Order: sequence, then structure tokens, then C-alpha cells
Amino acid sequence: MLSEFEWETIRLSLLIAVTGVSLILVPGIALAWLLARRDFPGKALIDGLVHLPLVLPPVVVGYLLLISLGRQAPLGQWLYELFGLRLPFTWQGAAVAGAVMAFPLLVRAMRLSLEAVDPGLEAAARTLGAGRLRTFLTITLPLAIPGLLTGTVLAFARALSEFGATITFASNIPGETRTLPLALYTLIQSPGREDAAARLCVIAIVIAMCSLIISEALARRARRRLEGRDK
Amino acid sequence: MSEHSAGPVLDLHCAKRLGDFDLELSSILPGQGVSALFGPSGSGKTSLLRLISGLDRPDRGHVRLGGEPLVDIDGRRWVAVHRRRIGVVFQEPRLFPHYRVRGNLCYGMRSDTPSRFDDIVTLLGLDTLLERWPATLSGGEARRVAIGRALLSAPRLLLLDEPLSGLDGSRKGELIDYLQRLAAELALPMVLVSHDPEEVIALADHLLLLERGRVVAEGALPEVLGRLDLEARLDGFDGASLLEATVVEEARGARLGRLAFDDGQALAALGVDAPVGTRMRLRFAADAVELAPPGAPAALAARFAAQVPSRRDPGLVEIVVELAGQRLRARVAREAFERLDPAPGAMLGLIAVRPQASRQR
Repeated sequence: MLSEFEWETIRLSLLIAVTGVSLILVPGIALAWLLARRDFPGKALIDGLVHLPLVLPPVVVGYLLLISLGRQAPLGQWLYELFGLRLPFTWQGAAVAGAVMAFPLLVRAMRLSLEAVDPGLEAAARTLGAGRLRTFLTITLPLAIPGLLTGTVLAFARALSEFGATITFASNIPGETRTLPLALYTLIQSPGREDAAARLCVIAIVIAMCSLIISEALARRARRRLEGRDK
Repeated sequence: MSEHSAGPVLDLHCAKRLGDFDLELSSILPGQGVSALFGPSGSGKTSLLRLISGLDRPDRGHVRLGGEPLVDIDGRRWVAVHRRRIGVVFQEPRLFPHYRVRGNLCYGMRSDTPSRFDDIVTLLGLDTLLERWPATLSGGEARRVAIGRALLSAPRLLLLDEPLSGLDGSRKGELIDYLQRLAAELALPMVLVSHDPEEVIALADHLLLLERGRVVAEGALPEVLGRLDLEARLDGFDGASLLEATVVEEARGARLGRLAFDDGQALAALGVDAPVGTRMRLRFAADAVELAPPGAPAALAARFAAQVPSRRDPGLVEIVVELAGQRLRARVAREAFERLDPAPGAMLGLIAVRPQASRQR
């Protein structure tokens, strides 16, 4: 049903998007918690920085990644020497580009859901002898699960659809960084490939719908459990 | 009073800015029984509770429990909330919605202390609720689970913030019964925040009267209740008195039980459900204590101590008498009182209509 090329594109896109989201999941939750529950100097600045990729042109983000994580940049050099990791023009780089672009959406959704957790429950857990970490892991996090799921799916969709930052930072290399949007773009650019482009377009819609449906089902289940209507 | 060994004494000497006034107090709460923090809404009761539990930090001073500093601003000591071992029952039950009742109860259980799970579940009547989700509990049930959860964390002190608020009459009475049983059976000092006189009378041994962040009066509940100078502030108690007496005759069938004071005077009371020799607490309503006509047979002889005009009605006087070394208040007709015109120390004859007895803790 699907061609070799289409399977390859789907596989690569999912790999890059899942890797990108996994990269930011833990830092995203940590930052969202800091923004939701703590006051510290420079909070407004951090908040602004996190949201920057949302308002900057993606090409600018890609360019910034290129100059900060390229082989010549100190950070890029350090990554290469320590882990042998080259980011520009690799699928790992495409994952980083997707991750950076998805980060604000993830943090936003998680911050909202963490803020919605009643601090009174956390206080109650503390008086019952739970330290901060245990309180977070047993009370805050489980109660924020619906929002976490929504945020994760949003971030996944954003990473999957990433175009501008990816093409700037990781380029459009077949089998390495040519994700679904890039493949679609390439097909549109080549004359006579309209039907192949249309097929990819349908595939993109199907993947997006599937992730939305799955997240909605998971979130509903989680909410039902939280409200104690389970069984 | 209690046969149990005394728990840790709570030493409060601290100040904190609260909105437009300062909470500032220097008090010691006994290491046993129930101490009530009583005062109007906004007097700083709940804020004080948060200072004790460690959910807030005072601006100055210290809080010590059994001599150990929990916070000492000058001495730079701070014990984090979760290391204080102070149980808190908040105004709202605050049950964790994603754990069943059993999970909520076990949340704070410590591995290094023997489990009293079964005892506390039985004591609070939670047996049938264990597998339920918090969202399916009634207000009274949720409150009981919250109390059980706090108790199972093996606290050294239990703080209760208006545990009966929002409950209707019968649920309230039921929970008062549970709390009375707790106070009687566990050697655990408790601090009760309340603006409900009924709650305080039913549960407290010691009273701290708060107003705009300051302590206006403190002491054993019967003594504070007997103070006429606090009449305006203790209005809600309606001049109730609490006196101790010993059972001399158990209630049987149609007959009321009888109790005797230490000076040998006896009277009939409601609720005498304890064997002869038991100390019980007698609650008198001010309106149910009358001046006896001269020569009345069943009158109690009491020594007149003080009087103030009643705020209820210009035709009434609030009086305090001393009965077997304890204070008893009465609200009597001014006319009858002025006819007697007793000097301080003079003996008066009084008739008390069916005081209510409850078990002494």
C-alpha cells in the first residue's frame, strides 16, 4: 500500500519527532514546575526565552542553532569531543531542531496543568511526612497527567511538522533529515509528482489525527481515574 | 486529668505580619488534651496553625515542641514541614483524589513505628470505606478519612482546623463523638482551631482566645468560660459553665444519674453513663441555673463572687458563683437578684436544671 520511500519518510519523521520530544520531556516538566510553583529572580526573562521559538521565524531559530551547535562553536565542539555527536546535517540535529521548536508548547501546556493542581494537596502531603520530591512524584505529577499528555502530543505534532529550523540546521538530506514536511516540499518542487505529494499529505493528516485521538483517549482515562469514577 | 503520660509541650513565641495586623503571641500549650484556638474569623487562628505546622515561617521568634526548636529565627533553626511529625487536618479534607481511601490512609504511614492501621480504622469507622474513591465520600466521611490519614502518620501533635465546619447537625454530632473518643483513647495532644463554641465546649480542655492576632485570654476552658470580663467575646458560649464532679449514682431506667461535687453537694444530671466513682464534666447553661427561693429543698449552696449587667436584656444579670471551688455562671432576673443584694462571699441558693454530663478525659 505504501511505497518504500513513504515508509522510510514516516519512519524517519517518527524517529526524529520521538527523539526530539524525549529530549525535552524532563527539562520541560522541571521548568514548567519552576515557573508554576516558584518565584525567583529572572523568572520573567526565563519565561520570555522559553517562548522565543514560538514567535521567532523558524529559520532564525535554525540559524541560531547552526552558529551555536556547529562544529566551530564551542558547544558543538564539546558535544563532538565528548560524545562524538555531530548535530548539523544529521537526523540528531533534526531532532534537536524539532525539540527546540516544540519546547514552548510543551512547557506552556505543562505549566498550566501543574498550576491547576491544588497546592493544598501538596501541603497536605508535606504534613504527612513527604519531602518535596516525593510530593512531586506522588501528588503533583499524577494529578497533572492529563495536561502532561496534551503537552506531549502538542510537542510531538510540532516536532513532526517542523520545517524551517530543520531545513536550516539539518538540511534536506534524503534518508537522514528528509522528514515528512521536507519530503512533501521536495515533491511539490518537482514537476509531475503531484499525486505522490497528495499521498504524503494524506499520510501527514492520518498521523496527526491518530496522535490526537490517542492522547485524547489517554487523557480521558487519566481524568476519570483522578476524579475517582474508575470502576 | 489524663492517665496518659504528657506529650510534648508546645511553646509559641513568635510574630508574623498578616495583612493589616500582626500575629504576635507568647503562649505555652499543654502537652496533653485538646487546646482550642478560639476567635472570630480573621483573628489569625489558621495563620498560627500554619506557623506551627511549618507551612509558613514567622518573621520573628520561635516555635518549640517538647523543648525542640521547630523554628527559631534568631537561632537560625528550621525544621522542614515533612520532618516535624505534626499531623494537620485542614478545613477541607484535602484527600488525594487519585488514591483510594486505603491509599490516602497509608500515605503518611511510617515504617519505623508500629502500625495502628486497624485500630484507627475501627476507631473512626472507616472499615467499609477503604476501597472507595474520595470523590464518592460524603462530607463527614471525607473528614473522618482526613483525620485517620493524619493520625496514621504517627504525629507528635495533631492540628485540627475547624474540623466540623460545613457539616450538618447530625454529621457534626457524629464527628464530635469520634473526636471525643480520639482525645480520650490516644495520648496525643491536639490543637483545635475553631470559631464554633459548640465544638470548643465539646472537645477542648484548654482555651486560647485570639483577637486580631493577639491572645486576649488563655487557660483551662472552665476557668476562661467563668470570666465575666470576657462576656462580650465569649458571647457565643452563652454563659456556659463546665464543672467537674464524681458519679455517685448511675442512671438506671427512668431515673437520672447523680453526681457529687468535692464538697459533697449532689445533683441529678443527663448523660451519666459511667460507673460510680468516675469523674465527669458537667455542662451548665447560664439560663438553666436559677436563684432558689429561700428554703427550697434541692438548692445548691454556692458562694457569690461577681456580677455584671447582662447584655441580653436589661432585666437580667450575669452572676458568677463558686461551687466546690469551681466557677459556675448563671443568668438571673435582676429584680430577684437585687432583692437578695448579696455581698461578695455571701452564700446563695441555686437550682440547676438538668446539666449535661460528659466523660472526663
